[in-house]
This record gives sequence, structure tokens and C-alpha cells, in this order.
Amino acid sequence: MSFQIKKNASVYDICIVGSGAGGGMAAKVLSEAGYKIALMEAGPRFDPANPEQQTQLKWSYESPRRGAGTTRAFGDFDMAYGGWEIDGEPYTRKDDTKFDWFRSRMLGGRTNHWGRISLRFGPLDFKRKDFDGKGDNWPIGYDDVKPWYDKVDKLIGVFGTREGLANEPDGYFLPPPKPRLHEMYLKKYGEQMGLPVIPARLSILTKRIDTRRGACFYCNQCSRSCTIYGDFSSSSVLVKPALEYDNVDLFVNAMVREVLTDENGKATGVSFINKTDMEEYQVKAKVVILAASACGSARILLNSRSEKYPNGLGNSSGLIGRYLHDSTGADRAALIPSLMDRKRYNEDGVGGMHLYVPWWMKDASKHGFTRGYHIEFWGGMGMPSYGTGFGMENLNGLVAGKDGNMKKAGGYGASLKDDVRRFYGAVVGMSGRGESIPQKDNYCELDPEVVDQYGIPVLRFHYKWTDDERQQAKHMQDTFEELLTNMGGIMLGDKPGADEDHGLHNPGRIIHEVGTTRMGDDPKTSVVNRYNQLHDVKNVFVMDGGPFVSQADKNPTWTILALAWRASEYLNEEIKKMNV
Amino acid sequence: MDRRKSIKAMFAGTVTSGFMFSGCLTDKEAELKSSDIAEGEIVAGGGYGRTPEELARDQRLVSETFFNEHEMATIAVLADLIIPADESSGSATDAGVPEFIEFIVKDMPWHQTPMRGGLMWLDHESNRRYDLEFIKASEDQQKAILDDIAYPDEVKPQFEHGAQFFSRIRNLVATGFFTSKMGIEDLGYQGNVPNVWDGVPRDVLEKHGLEYDEKILTQSIKPEERNDVMSWDDYEV
Repeated sequence: MSFQIKKNASVYDICIVGSGAGGGMAAKVLSEAGYKIALMEAGPRFDPANPEQQTQLKWSYESPRRGAGTTRAFGDFDMAYGGWEIDGEPYTRKDDTKFDWFRSRMLGGRTNHWGRISLRFGPLDFKRKDFDGKGDNWPIGYDDVKPWYDKVDKLIGVFGTREGLANEPDGYFLPPPKPRLHEMYLKKYGEQMGLPVIPARLSILTKRIDTRRGACFYCNQCSRSCTIYGDFSSSSVLVKPALEYDNVDLFVNAMVREVLTDENGKATGVSFINKTDMEEYQVKAKVVILAASACGSARILLNSRSEKYPNGLGNSSGLIGRYLHDSTGADRAALIPSLMDRKRYNEDGVGGMHLYVPWWMKDASKHGFTRGYHIEFWGGMGMPSYGTGFGMENLNGLVAGKDGNMKKAGGYGASLKDDVRRFYGAVVGMSGRGESIPQKDNYCELDPEVVDQYGIPVLRFHYKWTDDERQQAKHMQDTFEELLTNMGGIMLGDKPGADEDHGLHNPGRIIHEVGTTRMGDDPKTSVVNRYNQLHDVKNVFVMDGGPFVSQADKNPTWTILALAWRASEYLNEEIKKMNV
Repeated sequence: MDRRKSIKAMFAGTVTSGFMFSGCLTDKEAELKSSDIAEGEIVAGGGYGRTPEELARDQRLVSETFFNEHEMATIAVLADLIIPADESSGSATDAGVPEFIEFIVKDMPWHQTPMRGGLMWLDHESNRRYDLEFIKASEDQQKAILDDIAYPDEVKPQFEHGAQFFSRIRNLVATGFFTSKMGIEDLGYQGNVPNVWDGVPRDVLEKHGLEYDEKILTQSIKPEERNDVMSWDDYEV
């Protein structure tokens, strides 16, 4: 149930801030344990099956801008209410920092539009310092998390294959879909180069895992959030069932400002702005779980200043906001002439790649970097949307026309129209997503001057890539070029050189930002303990990406889910033992 | 959701939809589609899942006018020169491309000055050559101008600004056409419907010299099993 708040609200056992992966998991686990829960979400309610909100199965021409990304960064049908910039909710940067921060204000948060790439961290990923001497080890290892990954696999569903790779642990996998045509090319030529090209691991139900959610019907639109819940989003899979219990109250459009504390320094609840009346309210709770995203939770803690905690709550180490790190990313595409003039058939498949390349090198240090990356693929005969047919002058001069003669690039008329048909489905691309080295000097902090429209001080970012990330991006570019060229591809655009950091995206762009409340055994060098609990304040937990010590080259969601479940069970035990 | 007709439909051998495994869909799935909306009907979410703020923005843009009549007429002529009707489909104007461009320059204001200025450039050039506005020139005269601006790799210096404009409007016309209902059908996109993916058609794989090996065939999802609830008995990690 959901209702408007009055100031004298009752005392909850647990207040959870944020309804994305971490908050959704905490809400599910702890509601089933019987606790009275207040779940706070800064955006509106959302259900992909609500006809007013549904975008799944809409045609490009149902949008007057044909699905372009004018108002939603990833296109009209993408299911993220928010984006890189949100009116009235600025953030700032200093020292030429180019960090970008993607926020989604809605039930389920960013899990409604994400790529569903659901990779476990491997044993090495928790102990990278042992391997290359950089950064820090996690206080926990793969064996600590494995049982929780197993539970997440079974509860939520992920397809893949058991490959027995050392640092890419197998899980409880649903059968994968067969590869698409361009993916078969990538497999053939990738394996010739010695790359492992294996089925992707995506949290999409190729087969049912319960009677509640439907199986994938292959529309390729997971980024629109599935109306039959055939993919994972926190709102559909975790929050929706939790709300069926009467011990969970959902507060929507509730922008949390800070965690409230008493004279003993214990948390007593949170204060928030109700966006519908722009007034401030309080929710009292015995335990507070922050899951507002790595930077969102850091911001709340830094804003929770008091006589006792002048630098923010849980910040005796001074590390809240520090060690902020995102995945690296670089991309390249090529025209594959043998994929021109393709026979048409429905190639939508699942919402994402059917195959990918996990990190394959044992030691890349001779290339000037030490952390790995995986390669994602894109291509195929997808739904035409804004941008389809653009840039024909960059394609139609590259290969001979149907008459066997080269054409002048560009043109117009019937032959141009036919060129759009000929090139449809013939461009293949790939994206590297890699691990960066967390740096203490990459951080978010409170901007000393700027507040948002709710009067809440905003974040200011400081972030620089190091040569490790740049050299890794260079290696990505070389690998992309080799593989695409081997496929007979004609590379599109110029290869980005050192002057462009080899095409390395700005930090934040891959939307895997983590590390701002990192985990450790020593309260001087970490913010939370190995169970996501603040060292300084025992009744406050952080269950988003903030506690990550390092993020591997794996997308963080599956690990956020596993750690949130693990931490929620720990919290349950601690409450029973009266330790919280 | 549990009503299944998959096995029955598969073995009946009467699948006529052209999609072999559509019979593996449940009745309810097979009915799923984008909701039909009558023209002019006001629908919550604007018919495509808009938030209230997004819907208000759409409505404001639709209520505004950017191009004047002469500009719209010029865009229409250009659009049909770029994407004419042929044996497969109609022309850009048949597909509503000028109206799409009117909307898109309001939605993306950075197109406005280059588009307006480009149309002015075109009339200037046409007047200079023929003493006629572009739309009053003959088709051969119009094409003579386009031939000077449509091939960006070999543009003479005096036509560079025209070529910049032409690349922009070619993009907008091509995308406006191929994202319309007519254009999507022309392109042969067959998705955006509930279906069951069972891999690339065999003849296509053969044409490309590829095949699914035994491993892929064994490990991949079987269409008829998609609605079974996964059992983890005998599954070891």
C-alpha cells in the first residue's frame, strides 16, 4: 500500500531508502521476515504493465520523434524517468572533471532499463590487490558470496551456460537463446583469434522460474521493462511481491534528505521532501538501510550532519564519497559487407546480446594495464527508429553497388532508398566494459554552495582516469579492430588515438559507479563492515553499489543483489540477537 | 497465463503464420500488442507511455509552428527527390515525412537555423541559376543543384554550405521515411510482436557458411519448453 505522509507517522522497524536492486532485495527479504517496513522512493510508482506507462511493443512511429532520445537519454521507449540531467536536481564538477551521473526517479530505479547483464564476480575479482598490487582487496571473498549468488539466480532467473572458466563462476542458468547471425560471425572469427565467445548471461526468463512471471517472448525490448515480468527489474520482481504484504508501506515521490540521529548517535529515521506538496516530513525507524545508489547514499550520509557527526554520518574515516569508480567503456563498429542484402526474418531475440566475450587474458601488464574487460556485441535487424537511415554517405561509398560499380558516397533518389535497404542489419559493433583501478582521489563530495530545488546540498564530482584505464581502452580498440577486420568488416569512423584517450568514455557514462562507502574490516580505511553496516552507526546499512571495494569488469547489479540479500539476513540475525 | 497450447499447435502442422514457433506462445501472449488508439483520441500517457511532464511538452510542441508554407512546400519537394516512390513503397511525402520534420525541428531546436538557412541557401542558388525559387524550377533543374551538393566527398568549395544542409535533410528524410509504418514495412522489419526465437533460419546460416554446432543445439532453450517451470534437480554448479 502507499499513502501520503503525516508528520506523526508511526515507528517502523526498518526504513529502506531506494527501491532499485539493493533496496528492492532488502524490502523483499525483510518484509518476509515480518518487519514493519517503510520503503522510500524519490520517483513515482511504476509498473510496466500499466497502460499509461507501458512502452513495450510500441512502434517507433507511435512517438512523434520516432523514439529519439530528446527527453529520455536512451530514447523515448527506454524505461528510465530521469537521465544525465534532471530539472531542479543539479550536480557539479570541479577541476575539469567530466563525470556524468545517470539517475532514474521511479519505482525500481535504474533496474527498469538496464542491460540485464548479470555476471558474478569471480574469486580474483575480490582480491585484485593480491594480483597486481593496486587498490585494495575486499574483506570477503567469492566463497562468502557464492551462496547468495546461488539464491539470486534461482529467485530472479538468469540464462547462461556452465563453462568452467576460472574467474567467471557458473551459476544456476536457464538455457540461453541461440545466437543471431552476426553473433555467429563474431563467434567464428573471435574463436579464431583465441577469444572465448560464449552465451551471454542475462536476467531474462528464457524459461519460467515460477508461475508468477511469464517467459520471454523475444521482443528485444528489456530496456522498456517487460509487461509480463519476463526480465528482472526490482520493481516488478522484488518490490511488487513485497507490497502484497501489509507490513510494507511504500512512500513515493519522497526525496530523502538525511538520516536522523538521537543524542547517542543512533539513527532514528529519515527526513524527506514530499515532492507533491514540497514539504518536509520524517519517518521514524529503528534501522535505516540506504540503497539510493552509490552516490545517492553517499550524498544522504554526507548531508546527515550534526553536532556529533559534523562531517556526515558514518564518516569518521573521511572516506564517504571517495574511491568512486565506474567501469571503463569504449566502442567501435564496422560495416560487414557479407551481411548486406540480407534475407528478412524476425531477429529481435532477447533484449540484449546472445553471446559475449568474458575477459580472457591471464596477465595484460605488458600492454600497460592489469585489470580486465569483457566485450559486448550489437547489431542485427532491429526495429528502425530515429537515426535509421542516417549517414548513408558514410556507408554507400565503401562498397560496390548492385551493378558491381563503386558509387559516389551520398546521393539521393531511388538508389539511395535502395541503399538503406541494402545496409539494414549490416553494421556490427562491440563495446568493451572494463575494470578501473579505484582511486582515493576520485570522489564525490557536497558542493559547498549549491542546493537542489528541495534545498538539499548537491554532489560535486572530482574524477580522473589513470593510464591503466587509457591503456586498457587502447587494447579494446586494437581487439575490436582485429576482430571486425577478420570478419571482413570495413571499420567505420576513425580509430580514436591517444589524444582522445582511445575512445575511453567519460567516467559515469557506463552507469556502474560504485565504491563511495567502501567495505572493510578497518574503520579507519573503510565506511561499512563486511555486512554493509556502518562502522560508526550500527543501525545504518548501505546496500547499493557504495560498499564495493572494486567493481571487476562485471556489471554490478548481480553483486548488489547478492550482498543486499546477505546483509539483510545478517541484519535479521542481529535484530534477533538485540545487537542493533 | 498457464493455459498452454504449444505442443498441440506444434504437432498439428497447421502453422500458417510463417513463424514456426508462434504456437509456443500462450493465448494471452499472442494477443499482446501495442494498444490500438483511434486517431485524435486523447489517451493517458499520450499513447506511448509518457510521463505527465513529457506529455505536456509534446502537446506544447504540436501547438507551435516553425516552418512557413513555402518552407514546408520546399521540404516536400526535397523529400520526394531524396526518397521517391518506387515499386516497393510510396514516397517520403506519402509517409508523412514533412510533418515529421516540422515536429523534429521543434523537438530538437539545434536543427532550426541550419534547416531554415539551408532552405534559403537552396532558393538563393536556384534563383542565381534559373531566376526561379527551387520549387518552381523543373525537376531536371532541381536535380542539377542536388548533384552539386549530394556527394560530400567531391563538393566544390562554393557548394560546401549547400552540401552540409543536404546531408542534414537527407538524414531527416531517410529516417522519417524508414521509421514510418510504410518505411518499416518496406525495410522488412518483422519483429515487435510476441514470438519465439529459435535461431537463424537454416537456409540463412547455410548461405553464410555457418551452422549451429551440437553444443549450441544441446544447450539452447527448446521453444516447446519455455513455459515449463525450471527444475534445479540434478543441476550442479
